[in-house]
Amino acid sequence: MTRFTLNGKPVTTSAHPMARLLDVLRDEFRMTGVKEGCGEGECGACSILRDGKLVNSCILSVGMMEGAHLETPEGISATPGGKAINDGYAEAGAVQCGFCMTGMAVATEALLRENLNPTEHEIRTAISGNLCRCTGYALIIDGIERAAEKRREIAAGGKTERSERTA
Amino acid sequence: MKPTISAAVPRVDSHGKTSGDSKYLADYYFPDMLYARTLRSTRARARILAVTVPDLPVGYFYVDHTDLPPGGSNCVEMIKRDWRAFAADLTSFHGETIGMVVGPDRGEILRILDAITVEYEDLEPAVDIDEALALKGGPIHGSDNIFAEINLKKGDPDAAFANAARIVENTYHSGAQEHVYLEPQALAACIVDGKLTIYASTQCPFYIRHSVATALGYAEDQVRIRHTVTGGGFGGKEHYPDVLAVPLAVAVLKTGKPVQLVLSREEDMEVTSKRHPSRIHLRTALDADGNILGMELDTIIDAGAYESSSRVVLQRAVFTGIGVYDIPNVRAHGRAVCTNSVPADAFRGFGAPQGLFAIEMHMSYVAREIGADEDEFRARYFARQGTRTITNGHVYEQVMLPELLERVKRAADYDRKKRACVPGSGRGIGLSFVQHGSGFTGSGERDIIKARVRLRRTESGVVEICASCVEIGQGIDTTHRKVVADALGIPYTEVRLLNTDTDLTPDSGPTCASRSASVVGYLIEQAALKLKARWTEPGLIEVEQQYAQPEEVQWDAETMQGDAYPAYSWGVNCVEVQVDPVTHEVETTGIWTAYEIGRALDELVVKGQIDGGMIQGLGYAHIEKLERKDGRFLQTTMADYAIPTSLDYPSVHSELIDNPYPYGPSGAKGAGEVVLDGAAPAFAMAVQHAIGAPVCRIPVTPEYLLEVSAHDPVHAQR
Repeated sequence: MTRFTLNGKPVTTSAHPMARLLDVLRDEFRMTGVKEGCGEGECGACSILRDGKLVNSCILSVGMMEGAHLETPEGISATPGGKAINDGYAEAGAVQCGFCMTGMAVATEALLRENLNPTEHEIRTAISGNLCRCTGYALIIDGIERAAEKRREIAAGGKTERSERTA
Repeated sequence: MKPTISAAVPRVDSHGKTSGDSKYLADYYFPDMLYARTLRSTRARARILAVTVPDLPVGYFYVDHTDLPPGGSNCVEMIKRDWRAFAADLTSFHGETIGMVVGPDRGEILRILDAITVEYEDLEPAVDIDEALALKGGPIHGSDNIFAEINLKKGDPDAAFANAARIVENTYHSGAQEHVYLEPQALAACIVDGKLTIYASTQCPFYIRHSVATALGYAEDQVRIRHTVTGGGFGGKEHYPDVLAVPLAVAVLKTGKPVQLVLSREEDMEVTSKRHPSRIHLRTALDADGNILGMELDTIIDAGAYESSSRVVLQRAVFTGIGVYDIPNVRAHGRAVCTNSVPADAFRGFGAPQGLFAIEMHMSYVAREIGADEDEFRARYFARQGTRTITNGHVYEQVMLPELLERVKRAADYDRKKRACVPGSGRGIGLSFVQHGSGFTGSGERDIIKARVRLRRTESGVVEICASCVEIGQGIDTTHRKVVADALGIPYTEVRLLNTDTDLTPDSGPTCASRSASVVGYLIEQAALKLKARWTEPGLIEVEQQYAQPEEVQWDAETMQGDAYPAYSWGVNCVEVQVDPVTHEVETTGIWTAYEIGRALDELVVKGQIDGGMIQGLGYAHIEKLERKDGRFLQTTMADYAIPTSLDYPSVHSELIDNPYPYGPSGAKGAGEVVLDGAAPAFAMAVQHAIGAPVCRIPVTPEYLLEVSAHDPVHAQR
């Protein structure tokens, strides 16, 4: 038995300890926002947060997760900060086929928890482990900048920088 | 001023895809579902003498050609019936389907596959163009290994070459490219209410229906295909899902249970179709003043073991073979060659990137040989309205290349940068000029596709679009709604695009060939205008629209003479690079583009196409190396085969010039492919400027540059 926290809820699994975390999250917990793009830790489509850190769930075994706090795209999207990411992406037109997008959103969450004012280079570095074949990344970067602005507004307690500037 | 249709709106599919709500194929769990994995040939060419399957545990099945139902046939019919569903007594490429293991546990399926033995009698394979043309090991196809051949003539090339003061010639090579759609190939099938139903990640649901019905000996309407959210295609999910669907359907008939087939990335890279490698030899006849009298093209594409779309890819490669130029006299010879390798098939651009790379590099080479500036030399031959094409058709629209060039030069500060970069200095900047015909080649839309769309205004006032162009990331779900909304004068949020389901939606053709927005979008616009005329009628209203070829377009499919395409999209690209003199690694430092695509249906959707197309094209030009040894790809993982990451290329500057097309919705032409076509020649042009030596091959790897520089006088002096 392995016990961990999944999107804030304590859970238990009887999956074999060597089972891939990706398979357990998808097949047992139906967190299908966690995608399999390559199965070897290259593409980032299976990104999740493990104790707040960005990891590829396809190259981790579930037995290693004892006591860990895991967050999936489903969990992150349900938070105000996650909604800010989804809205930022939508405004920017960042999404095309979408298969990399849940992982991209998780990488964005990891970045914005550490840095609410990322430069373009910091954004490019933060998502460099998440491959996208459709967009050429520019509109994703725009989406992350918009998400960062929304997160700064949230951090400022709802006061918008823009309204401060106009005032 | 009322905003035009080009003003961006939020994409309808964005939130579902970022939150994880959108269900892709692998996210469906059918009750009692089995998994499948394919037994594949491990020989490039061999007779299959015996397949020995061990005793299988209860609930596991082995499926092969013997399981095809009576009346069925062992084939995957695409354009032709040349691809076998299961290799039975002969295998023609490494990775060909022999059988399939089906069962409830994926680990057990792998163990069973390992335990199956296949006994082969090896035959001598012909794994590349030269071996195939030399008929090594005897012909694989027909008597000459030629799947398709084209001969074209414009003007009087014999006289042009007879009168030439000088002939300049060179050969240009391009490599294979893997699509790397982020979602690997994926299908699932089951019996629903007695009917075989296939859920698929695909560009072309009706293609799958046709292939499966043909192989099973069914009527087409005995098979139902339902499109699922598709994680990218780029041509790779045009025909290849047919190859997977037929064995999958046979497995469902045998087991009576739902079966899911999702390829692992490694399997996907090893066995699915690729972009055709090409070898194009160009000869140019010049007069004493350096004017072009005529040109000869010899285009060869490596089609792999089965024909699939190669005949049509070859057509586009040849028809695009003189690029954007008005060359008075041309002879073109094209061949699609059968080799014992993974079949090549559709990939964004569909032959055009190969043809355009060759002609652009060759025009530059000719200019250098006669001491002319490559940009001025190319601009002298720009096609114009009324120019006769390579197939003796016409360019109908005003050609805005000079305006596009001006925009790109200004954005890139091109003239100053070009003067500042000394050839061979390690810094370079280059331009490419491209065109891409929208829609199917020739009369394909009228004679083969025969697209049909339906619009329905429901009793609640919502308008539903019923068509078979599917959302694969290109934004058609949003742009088709906008076309209808614009014609009806209602918000696009009151329009829906129904998920394509071959039982419910009419066949508006495949999602490919830059045709969905332009060709099918126009039908949808016409249908919306019909609906508008009947808008005040009470209750449900349904209207249909069928494709009709524009009257001025003339095409003879037998002689391949006339208008190969009704309209073209045009582009000018500029790339700036820095080449490391020690490692020969190339860094891209700037990308500027301008396009004429009629009119954008949504500026952000089009920007997404431009950004993604350019970066995918730069990958093709630069880092995406796919090598073959003995008919096998050496790169079969995403670690070995590198696609661009967010750190590899800078953002793309892009501009659009409107030039509305009378047969496109709101004036739109195709935009999905022209945005990839110009990346490779612009990049290669910049690199040859930087190193001061001609570049004739893509991908431009450091190894290739080392080779080029070793023979190059500029580098030898440094």
